[in-house]
Amino acid sequence: MTGPHAAFIIASYAIAFTVIAGLILWTVADWRLTRRALAELEARGGRRRPDGGRT
Amino acid sequence: MGVLTDDDPRATAKPPSAITKRAQRVWSCWPAPTDRTDSMALLSAITSLANPSRFASFADRALPWAAGVTAVLFAAALYLALFVAPPDYQQGETVRIMFIHVPSAWLAMFAYVLMAAASLGVLIWRHPIADVSAKAAAPLGAAFTFLALATGSLWGKPMWGAWWVWDARLTSFLILFLMYLGLMALRSAMEEPSRAAKACAILTLVGSVNIPIIKFSVDWWNTLHQPASVIRAGKPTMDASILIPLLVAALAFTALFTTLHLAGMRTELIRRRLRTLRLTTAARATLSPEPAE
Repeated sequence: MTGPHAAFIIASYAIAFTVIAGLILWTVADWRLTRRALAELEARGGRRRPDGGRT
Repeated sequence: MGVLTDDDPRATAKPPSAITKRAQRVWSCWPAPTDRTDSMALLSAITSLANPSRFASFADRALPWAAGVTAVLFAAALYLALFVAPPDYQQGETVRIMFIHVPSAWLAMFAYVLMAAASLGVLIWRHPIADVSAKAAAPLGAAFTFLALATGSLWGKPMWGAWWVWDARLTSFLILFLMYLGLMALRSAMEEPSRAAKACAILTLVGSVNIPIIKFSVDWWNTLHQPASVIRAGKPTMDASILIPLLVAALAFTALFTTLHLAGMRTELIRRRLRTLRLTTAARATLSPEPAE
């Protein structure tokens, strides 16, 4: 990856790495935050039905 | 669900002896088909995944495997792209940008086709998972479209002498990026999920006319962009030393998309459950306030 156009190649791979890493981190963070919010609501007694859906 | 038996079509469809216990758990999560013929059994299994909780269970078990396959494929793709593929006789080392640019462009269009199919599921069959799939695919499609545009620009400058030209392929791809952004903005602007689902499904289907325009733009108009060299009538025009790394990279990007899409759908199912619980809790608090002391 040497030569007069090395900067273009390196920049392309750097952008790809950044975008893909960003997607992965965003996906994981979104999953954790949403799951935590659901767990907190359920811990406070939030249920779809008063009996907790057992009937 | 449960233990595979000799009567179960799944027992003959995959050899359990050749896979690990963990893989067996993933496979056994696939709903047991009840019909006799293979095609009907497959249809039955797919249909039963429309159950959100069953789908979430399947995603929980399949995601570690999908992530592992993605990591292995990316390691192979990077090795082939950076150390094995030779420089192109005309473009020199810049051909290595192609191993990111082309799979990104393919996935950008694939994500939109997937969203269009899901939109049909929303509007015609009211499939409970279809809108979840469409919503989860939109940011991924936008990211891959951005990646294709950015790497294309970085490839175009040394090869064409310009960062950007308003030719048919580049312009139609920019429109695809704007479609993704518009769909995400429309969805976030609407409070009611069912209304947002219908509006986004209609807009997605209207925008799907852009996909064949992107594909055939290089044939219909004189453009600076090169014509198709892999997905075309006849065999690919590329040498195997370039084509194989490109196909491995495409597999890696597809595996990444599958993994992130599955994860995004799982999160979206939880988000919808969370919304329902919040509304139910709020309604219950309104209807039966705490008695005064």
